[in-house]
Order: sequence, then C-alpha cells, then structure tokens
Amino acid sequence: MSQKHLMKGNEALAEAAIRAGMKGYFGYPITPQSELLEYLSVHLNNRGGSFVQAESEIAAINMVYGAAGIGERAMTSTSSPGFSLMQECISYIACAELPCLLVNIVRGGPGLGTIQPSQGDYFQAVKGGGHGDYKLIVLAPNSVQEMADFVYLGFDLADKYRNPVLILSDGALGQMMEAVKFPDYDIEAHKVDKSEWATTGNATGTHKVITSLYIKTEKMEEVNLKLQAKYREIQEKEVRYETVETEDADLVIVAFGLSARVAHKAVDICREQGMKVGLLRPKTLFPFPKDQIKSLAEQVDQMLVVEMNAGQMLEDVQLNVSGKIPVEFYGRMGGLIPTPDEIVNKIKSMYEQYNPMEVTHV
Amino acid sequence: MNEEIIIAGFGGQGVLSMGMTLAYSGMVEDKEVVWMPSYGPEMRGGTANCTVILSDKKVSSPIINQFDTAIILNQPSMDKFESAVKPGGVLMYETNNIINQPTRTDISIFSIPANMESVKLQNKKIMNMVMLGAFLSARHVIPLKSIIEALKKVLPERHHHLIPLNEQALTRGMELHKVAANSEGRS
Amino acid sequence: MSDTFNEGITCEFLDDCDIVWDRPDSLLDTRLHYCPGCGHSVVHRLLMEVVDELGIRDRTIGIAPVGCSVFAYNYLNIDMQQAAHGRATAVATGIKRVRPDRIVFTYQGDGDLAAIGTGETIHTVNRGENIVIIFINNGIYGMTGGQMAPTTLPGVKTSTTTSGRDVSIHGHPLKIAEMLALLPGAYYVTRTSVISANHVRKTKKALLKAFKYQMEGKGGVSFVEVVSNCPAGWKMTPVDSNKWLETNVFDNFPLGDIKLPVKD
Repeated sequence: MSQKHLMKGNEALAEAAIRAGMKGYFGYPITPQSELLEYLSVHLNNRGGSFVQAESEIAAINMVYGAAGIGERAMTSTSSPGFSLMQECISYIACAELPCLLVNIVRGGPGLGTIQPSQGDYFQAVKGGGHGDYKLIVLAPNSVQEMADFVYLGFDLADKYRNPVLILSDGALGQMMEAVKFPDYDIEAHKVDKSEWATTGNATGTHKVITSLYIKTEKMEEVNLKLQAKYREIQEKEVRYETVETEDADLVIVAFGLSARVAHKAVDICREQGMKVGLLRPKTLFPFPKDQIKSLAEQVDQMLVVEMNAGQMLEDVQLNVSGKIPVEFYGRMGGLIPTPDEIVNKIKSMYEQYNPMEVTHV
Repeated sequence: MNEEIIIAGFGGQGVLSMGMTLAYSGMVEDKEVVWMPSYGPEMRGGTANCTVILSDKKVSSPIINQFDTAIILNQPSMDKFESAVKPGGVLMYETNNIINQPTRTDISIFSIPANMESVKLQNKKIMNMVMLGAFLSARHVIPLKSIIEALKKVLPERHHHLIPLNEQALTRGMELHKVAANSEGRS
Repeated sequence: MSDTFNEGITCEFLDDCDIVWDRPDSLLDTRLHYCPGCGHSVVHRLLMEVVDELGIRDRTIGIAPVGCSVFAYNYLNIDMQQAAHGRATAVATGIKRVRPDRIVFTYQGDGDLAAIGTGETIHTVNRGENIVIIFINNGIYGMTGGQMAPTTLPGVKTSTTTSGRDVSIHGHPLKIAEMLALLPGAYYVTRTSVISANHVRKTKKALLKAFKYQMEGKGGVSFVEVVSNCPAGWKMTPVDSNKWLETNVFDNFPLGDIKLPVKD
C-alpha cells in the first residue's frame, strides 16, 4: 500500500482509473461530475491514455463503444440527465458484450432537476435503463476510498464477464474529501486476452465483427439466452455487501452508498440508546444480495430501507422479504440527504408501532 | 477523539480552504478525516460552508446536523448554525462580520477580531488562518506544526513563500482566543 | 439460386487468359443483399481493392452504422464494428484515439451522416480525427422504405413527401460536404459517383488517396462522398436512376474535389 492522499471522490475515481490502465476516457461536462473530466484532462494524456472531451454524452458513450471494441480499457462519466442520453448505446454495448466502465454521479431529478446528490437513478441502473433485456453490473461506493477501489474492481469484472460495469455514486461522494490509499495494482497481471473478439484488424484471414444486430429471431433469442446465463452466473458469484451489527439485531436498515453512511451513524446512536439495530449495505446493486435479505427476514422483526429517492431499492428488498416481516421506508428527494436524527426518529416510531401479533411468521 | 466542525461564511472568505487545511492536518496526525463542502449555486458568491470531521475511528456519516465547533464568518451563517452547536460545544465568530450577537448560554462563545488582525498583517486573505489559529487554541485537537505541514500540501508551490505569514496569522489567532477567553471568563 | 458469386462461371481456357478483373481478397465470396443496380456493391468492391492494394487488412477497422450498409460486415472480410444510428464517427474516434496505429474508416449513408449523426460528423471533422469517412449519398432512406432524406432534392416524391419535397416545409437539401470543407479539421473532401467506368475509376482514386493520407498521418479527416442511386427507393430502373443522377442530382451535388490538401 502506498501513502494516503486527501482527495475528492471524483478525483480519487479518476486517479484510480489511470492507475488501472484506462486507455481511453470520453466525457462531457455536467455538474456534479466535472472534476472527473477536469482531472483526466490534465493527467491522462501524459500517463499513457487518451482524453477526449466529446460533443455530447451520446458521442462520449459511442467513443467508449469503439475503444472497448478494440480491446482497450475505456470509461465515461456523467450525471443523471447525461446518463439518460447514453442509454441507447449502453444497450448496444451490453448486447455486443463490450467490457467498459461507466460512472453516474447521480443528481436529483426528474428532469433537469437539481445538482445536489440523489439516488433517484437506482431503477435506471439496475433494471436496464435502455431497451431490451440486459443488465449492468452496478457498484455502489460509500466513501472516497471505495470510489477508487471500485474502479479497479469494475474494470476487472467488466473484463471477466465482457459486461459493462456502472459505478453508481452521487454528488456528495463525488465532492467530499477523505483520505484514500491507492493499491499496488499490476496492470499487466490483470490483463485479459481479448484477441478472440477485439477488432484490432484481420490478421488471420477470419474477420471479427462487433455487432448487436441479429435479424434472425432464433439467433436473437440465442444471444439473449447467453446473456441471461451470464447474468445468473454474476448473481451467483459476485454479490458483495457489508453488515454492521446485524448478529443480534431485531431491526435492520438496508441502505447503499451515501445513505448507508448516514444510516451507520443512526445505528451507532440507536445502539447507544439500547435499540438493537443493524445495517445491511449492498455494495453490488446488481447482483443484489437477495440471499442476505432473505435470511435477515428470518432473523429480525422489522426492516427499514433508507434511500435518497422515493423508494426504489425498497422494491427489491420487499421482493426478497416476501411479506414475512414489515418493511418500512424513509427517504428524502430533490437533492436532500436524510440526517442521522431523522432516521433514528423513524426507527423509534417503528419500535413504538410494532405489534408482533399482527405479523405471521411463515 | 471525535471533532465535528462546521465552517461557514461568504464565498471568498476562505471557508473551504480553511476546512481543507484542517482536514489535511488531521491526516498528518493520522486521524480519520472528512471534508464535505456545500457545493453548487451557493459557491457563486453566496454563503459557503464545509463540514470537517476529525476522528480516531472510521467516520460513519459525513452528513451531520450537530457540531462540536462552529466557526462563523457572517450573519446568515450565525442565524443558521448557532442552534446546531452541541451543548458544551464551541462557537467562534469573526467580530466585524456579526451584527446580532449569539445568545446561547450552554456553549462557549468567542469573538475573534480576525479581520482587524489580517489588516495589521497587511494581507486580508489571511483572515481565515487567524480564525483557524483561534480554533487550535480553543479545542487542542491539532497542533500548530501539523497545520504548517498541511499548508505545504494545500498551497501550490508558488505560494510557499507565504507560509511564514500564515504561521504568524495562526499564532496571532491562538493569542486572540486566549484574550477572548480571559475577557469572557471562559477557557 | 446460387449462394456464391461466381459459381457456374467456368473458363476452359483459363490458363491462356489474362485475368483483367477479379474479386478482391478482402471481399467475401457471398451474395449481397443490395438491390440490383445499387451503388453500394461497387463502392464495397473499390474499398476492398484499396485495402488489398495497400496491404492493410491486418490493421484496418471499418464502422458501418444503421442504414442499408448495416450488413457491410457480411461482405467485407475486415474487422468491423456495427454502430448505433448516426454515431459511426464517434465510434471511429474511440478506436483511433486508443490505437492510433490502426486504419479506421466509417461507411455511412445520408440519413446517418447528415441527419441523426450531424453533430458527431461535424465535431469529428472539427477535431481533425485522422480517419476516412465514406459518405454514400443517395438522397433517400433506403432501408426503411424510401422516406425523405436530408439530401432529397426539392420536388422529389418520397414516402414522407408524397407530393414532392417542399422546401418551405422540409427545408433544403443539405450540402454537408461543402459545410465540412470549411472546417480546418477537414484534410481532403471530394465528391464522386459510380455511374460509369470512368467515374468508378475516379472514386477508386479518391479512396486510395484518402487511405494514404491517413496512413501518412497527415492529420485531419479525409471525406469521400459518393453520390449514388437507389433504384428501388426512387422507383426507377438502374439505368434510369443513373440518368437521373446525371440530369438532376449532379447539378445540386456537383462532382469533383471540394477541398484539397495544402501542399507543404
């Protein structure tokens, strides 16, 4: 491990991308991710990569398509409205199975919205976003350190599964500074052989084609079945999560990203006051920690989902709890962040209203 | 040790850089640190604030609504954050920028004439360092030498000749806190 | 129906004959889906002749976006990427920026390059990306069944201008090659056709030049527009469609060089 740096989340992410061997970065300015673009404009070209400020988010993601298609590590970053613009090409990338890293520093929506932090793009990130049946691997950092760590992880997972990986973060994590250590990462050791499919030129007599167009319906279904099998494998092997004081908990908060940081503080406060509260934090939103939710639903009396949106991950939690225990929600929208006190108050009211007689344990 | 600080004032008063210096010094001291700015339209000439957390253990939430210390550089920030200081905490404000004095009695309050001091030091930009010096004296969580170390990191090379002036301002700030504490009968 | 190009054609005296024409190695021996008389197949062949003559198949990447040429990768035995509608030059930028040692070209129609992809086209040229853009301008959306294109001439009937293109409603034909030539990032801009052997030869020459410029790293886009036909979309015989080009289209889209490299 090298020395500690005090950096903004956006800058740490950008620095990690260079250290992970990113060869192409293509982006368009939008608040609150512009530090990423600015950092890479200074540092990428003289450290072995190529930085292009594209004319739009649409152009940027299509540049990623090209660079990933020739087998190099490529990335783009944006914030919510820009990510919506990219969806068509992301669907192409998923179908053509091009490994690449996408970053959405989420801001409050809908519409042009606000530039303040939000988690309102959860559905878009984990349920597809663009057209057709596809999935991104979605990583949700909750610290500046993870903003960096998930870049290496993201590129590695992308290469391993030939799948686009999304880092879903928010404006607050992008703008705040914390100490960060960059790991010793051997780019060569992490290189994957892409010669079978990367379009580097036809040197063998058999040409390689990157496409997502399959006019024959049977072939298109075959492609879909292959993708679905891959997503199942990812669900089995790549779930990542963190738990805080869940062992003896009777109430568990489920939260990701920045919300999970605030929820962690709420857990500390509740514990000081004698309430047995724990926290489950998914680090991967796809694959979602379904089994962990299911087993917690057998253990605890109640769950609380905390998000900076109207209740999106809530639906995935409810799906896996399957009505076994009550699942409550606390959220703020429009760029506001829940405070630890707000969450503690919500938990207190849950304890007060909880009536075990009303719940039938299956 | 766990110190939660809000620094608030107008854009241009050096609010964010004061916080950054403090966060850096925390890292020099091998503490866990968080620096969280208010960002967005507020950055353009309106109020600006940042939260700094220094801790011996991993910091959970960077979002907090109660602070151990508030360093206040203008009236709107006083109106907003006086009530957010934890009982027993510290509120220090820049004398010239405050019209309505704080009224709480359950916290330590220090009026620091940092603006006037910066004029005496012939560099008005140094006001934030005078306030930071006062904080060092009031809370004893970071030693002066670590702030000087931090300044070497925060200031670009071409401004390193200003470090002695910064040190002077910090020292004056520490003295001004002692004066304020004695005159108000608090420490 | 035969699935191979020259099955059934035999020459007993092959050994005694001089071969005056042959399919270029890089053109796959397969049936094309293009309509009879369509210019695409001729340009495909010329393009692969150029790739073979320059010996660059092992490092050439072509990009075919949406339009009739979306299936170009079925015919061209070079590495290819299929791009989203309009975005070919952005994809080319991505490739060229991470692998400047590769030879990169796009092959785009008028709807793709001059309507939905106008932004990408202009900015790619403006950045002076060292790539070749091949622009097939046939004044119509062929693949989707003959709708108005940005290059459709005034008065021409299409399935979305059934009484003819009315410039007061639909605007004027877009002369994008002339627009692009104004940009410093455009190195070489020319307009050709493939209606006769003479024109075919000129197009081949233009393509050769364009690829050579890229290989020499001259910097800047080489842009070859081929004003072509669409017999099916225009509802004409191939012969009539070529006549129409001569009598009507070339007046609006004059052939010849629009911008030549400044001699250094």
